[in-house]
Amino acid sequence: MVRMKESVLLPKDTLVSLYRLMLIIRAVEESFINPILNKDILCPVHLYSGEEAIAVGVCSSLNDNDKVFGTHRSHGHFLAKGGSLDELVAEVYCKRQGASGGFGGSMHLLDTARGFMGAVPIVGGTISLALGAALASYIKGDNSVGVAFFGDGAAGEGVLYESINFASVHKLPLLFVCENNSYSTHMNIRQIRNSTTIYETAASFNITSILEDGNDVLKVYEAANRAVRDCREGKGPVFLECTTYRYRGHVGPDDNIQGVHTDIRPADEIEAWKRKDPLVRLESYLIDYGIALPDEIAEIKMKTEKKVHSAHEKARESAWPRKEEILNNVYM
Amino acid sequence: MSICKNRELKYSLAINEGIMQSMESDESVFLIGQGVKSPWYVGQTCSGLLERFGEKRVIDTPVSENAITGAAVGASISGMRGIVVHPRIDFMLYALDPIINEAANWISMFGGRSSVPVVIWGIINRGGEQGAQHSQALQSLFAHIPGLKVVMPATPYDAKGLMISAIRDANPVVYIDDRWLYGSTGFVPEFSYEVPIGEARLLMEGDDVTIIASSFLSIESLEAARELKKNGIHADVLDLRTIKPLDKQSILNSVRKTGRAVIIDGGWKSFGVSAEVSALICEEAFSSLKNRILRLALPDAPAPSCRVLEDEYYIYKEDIIKFVRDYMDETSD
Repeated sequence: MVRMKESVLLPKDTLVSLYRLMLIIRAVEESFINPILNKDILCPVHLYSGEEAIAVGVCSSLNDNDKVFGTHRSHGHFLAKGGSLDELVAEVYCKRQGASGGFGGSMHLLDTARGFMGAVPIVGGTISLALGAALASYIKGDNSVGVAFFGDGAAGEGVLYESINFASVHKLPLLFVCENNSYSTHMNIRQIRNSTTIYETAASFNITSILEDGNDVLKVYEAANRAVRDCREGKGPVFLECTTYRYRGHVGPDDNIQGVHTDIRPADEIEAWKRKDPLVRLESYLIDYGIALPDEIAEIKMKTEKKVHSAHEKARESAWPRKEEILNNVYM
Repeated sequence: MSICKNRELKYSLAINEGIMQSMESDESVFLIGQGVKSPWYVGQTCSGLLERFGEKRVIDTPVSENAITGAAVGASISGMRGIVVHPRIDFMLYALDPIINEAANWISMFGGRSSVPVVIWGIINRGGEQGAQHSQALQSLFAHIPGLKVVMPATPYDAKGLMISAIRDANPVVYIDDRWLYGSTGFVPEFSYEVPIGEARLLMEGDDVTIIASSFLSIESLEAARELKKNGIHADVLDLRTIKPLDKQSILNSVRKTGRAVIIDGGWKSFGVSAEVSALICEEAFSSLKNRILRLALPDAPAPSCRVLEDEYYIYKEDIIKFVRDYMDETSD
């Protein structure tokens, strides 16, 4: 069905740019699967496939001065914030040209020039660091916003509530982005929380707290824009919970460990979420509204695949980090 | 029960058996922590426990290390014996308050009137390019704290026996095991037994040099010593088993016999286990030494991710062989 073009609120450039970013994240995530299975990639890789709309929707509402902190599953955050595809892929191979010089691997990404301040795998570990970025903005008065990405699993950590409270007391420009994919490794959210959402808890700290469909990039983008505006106007912090789903396992392509199927997620649940695929939804939107022609979409896809392929080639050719760097990297 | 001397068990299953038997014999024992019902989080160490003892005594948890460890400590001063597992010891750092401020200090703060019979179990889970936050060996940190005992079993036999001892101990015991040992097999009696906390064990005897190690590196040291023996270097290989309280007598007895000491530790070199053992020897057996003491431990740097750097960073049998050979060359003419 072709809907009326008049109802489109965002300019074509913005919409296509959201699409491009989501597509590149999906393409690069899926491109890691074979090298992981071949053991060319050894480090633990937590794939973001299925959750792209959140990183893209949020980061597209930010600028380079805004400071984002990530998690163990942060390829999407890194790319959406403007991090280099080549550096991401090289880092996943633990190569010298990688975002962390091969010292970190998939779970340790950084691009401070673009305001991607660091992603690390201690669950909840960066929430208070984003609080610190917001505090720095508050002290300096530079109008930048701190952003903490974390999952529903991290809502088990006390530091989240300590951070919300402190940010609330001082009205800090901090955007909490909770990516609720219903699973904390092997545990469904029902097993670890007496509620399937988290935003109500955040609301009890007297801050703006929103629940959004994390598979709808336009909704996430709109909510994030409002939240960022509030933060810049001294009406922060804001808690934005986005419901979503990861297609892949907690770590790696799936949760089949040593040949034993250990993914406790029902197959029909996975299928039901695939019908709400954020990328497919945006693509249909672009075509249905006549914003982009199928040919344009096909060309974007082709170019994306090319870029991803080239990033892998460069990464494979890149050198390993040098042994003497182990001790050289301990202090400045 | 008869003792079958050939009964072999995997390290991970030896831990499992120790917990299983302790929970069977004492209803106050319970297990709590992240991943206890997951097939991959904690290896096979928790297999069958949930089915056998139910959800009240085998509790999988949210990622809430601080509160969960505090709960294990609190339950253990309230009549239970808690085992709290941290599938990665790195995440246990979230729980330093209940471990150090509360559990370790508890008995002393109250003049000996209340103790904390809790087991704080942290698994070293490194390698595989996991990087700095998924690789740390923190035995020295915990051994520094008065009030904590720290054990590091190297063999399946000790993995079971030390787990049972840790559970029965009236004090907080930090039980640190290494995922690199989970697949190793060895003799494990079927019955329930204790390996006394505070006793090292000689894995191999020799008169030329004492190699002191723990956990994974005790096994690597034993294999290194077997190679060295072929080249005429006869080593005492002392597996500490308990880091704190340190078995001073076994260390001193061996060094007084050999006059030479090499200390191998899987933690960082500075301010760690190897420094403590070295200081002990200097203080108590200085006159027996025929050569300086040397230490082989991790470089004072966080673990890198890249596989090439990991190979450089970690210590294996070959590194120990070379290290001990060079050390022996210092005093041979």
